[in-house]
Amino acid sequence: MQVRTTVVVDVGDVPVALSTGDTALAAILQQRFHRFLSPSAAPAFHFDISVIPEDDEDGDRDEDLQVRSEGGLWHLRRGDFRAEWNPDTRRGWIHQRLSPYAADSVLRIVHTLLLSRERGFLLHASSVVRNGRAFLFTGPSGAGKTTIARLAPSDAVVLTDEISYVRRVGGRYMAYGTPFAGELSDAGEPVSAPVAALFGLAWAPDPVREPLAEGAAVQILMRNILFFAADPALSGHLLDTACDFAGAVPAFRLAFAPDARVWSTIQ
Amino acid sequence: MSDVFFTKADRLAARKVAGEVVILRADDSSLYVLNPVAAAVWEAADGRTPLDAVVRDVICRDYDVDPETALRDASEFLVALAAQGILRTSDQPLPPADPAPDGARA
Repeated sequence: MQVRTTVVVDVGDVPVALSTGDTALAAILQQRFHRFLSPSAAPAFHFDISVIPEDDEDGDRDEDLQVRSEGGLWHLRRGDFRAEWNPDTRRGWIHQRLSPYAADSVLRIVHTLLLSRERGFLLHASSVVRNGRAFLFTGPSGAGKTTIARLAPSDAVVLTDEISYVRRVGGRYMAYGTPFAGELSDAGEPVSAPVAALFGLAWAPDPVREPLAEGAAVQILMRNILFFAADPALSGHLLDTACDFAGAVPAFRLAFAPDARVWSTIQ
Repeated sequence: MSDVFFTKADRLAARKVAGEVVILRADDSSLYVLNPVAAAVWEAADGRTPLDAVVRDVICRDYDVDPETALRDASEFLVALAAQGILRTSDQPLPPADPAPDGARA
């Protein structure tokens, strides 16, 4: 009899159960998501995961990500995994290589699809909570997202240094910690706070903070939001959310050098 | 360039923000931002109104520009957006884009 292990990963108050009969993968998942495990939470969605044998050479390991919807069923595939997800039955499966990245990617995609209908998004951004307020720092790779999070004062809490989770709750936007980290970074803390400001990052010798017009803020958001589905309706929802966020949250261009002084311009 | 008809392509989401139009192409998430003059042309893209009428009745009415320059600029704009697959052009009236999906407007 196969023993199955289920880990419940709670990101943004949406618990997702990942079940597998592969003990090595179960250990990898528990390690990968250790700060976000919520064993007592009732899962909103459930994925069964099987592992592709290492000697199985079928398929192109370098295949790019594809996400498509057919008959209400989402099909996801990349070189290291194939997956299906039915939002109506709240169940899905993942067939993946033995690594933490496939399940991590499926979780990101599922959250982007869920958030697109709930006034929310995943954003290429670090996010830091200080004095009960969350600050988002966005920009392309190399813009300084991780650097500014590492420069945060000791009383700050890093929600993520790579992928921020944002959703409108009631009348305000909340930022949540995420486990979504790159190979060289660490997971964030599983806490949340209302978003106080968005910063588009750039480099400069001395810290400079300039307000961004609403249109510029929408552009920065749209260039950095993670979204994988070629779906006009969901794209429209996402654009609506970016416009709503830009009207509700102050946005700034923040130029800085790797120096803790930058935090004096943030509060 | 006259009697050019133009309409918005399908599978786009567009919103007007502070006078500019932000367009998101669903198939590849490409983002386009139109300044207010270009946005006025975009908003007039109904497939039935020729470009010279849009220039005369919208652009020259709302902006301080001579008709010849405005038509030349608008023609270049149309060619550029058509090359990107954002607008469709024809020398005959065009049917409008597929009904906008839920939320896709502007």
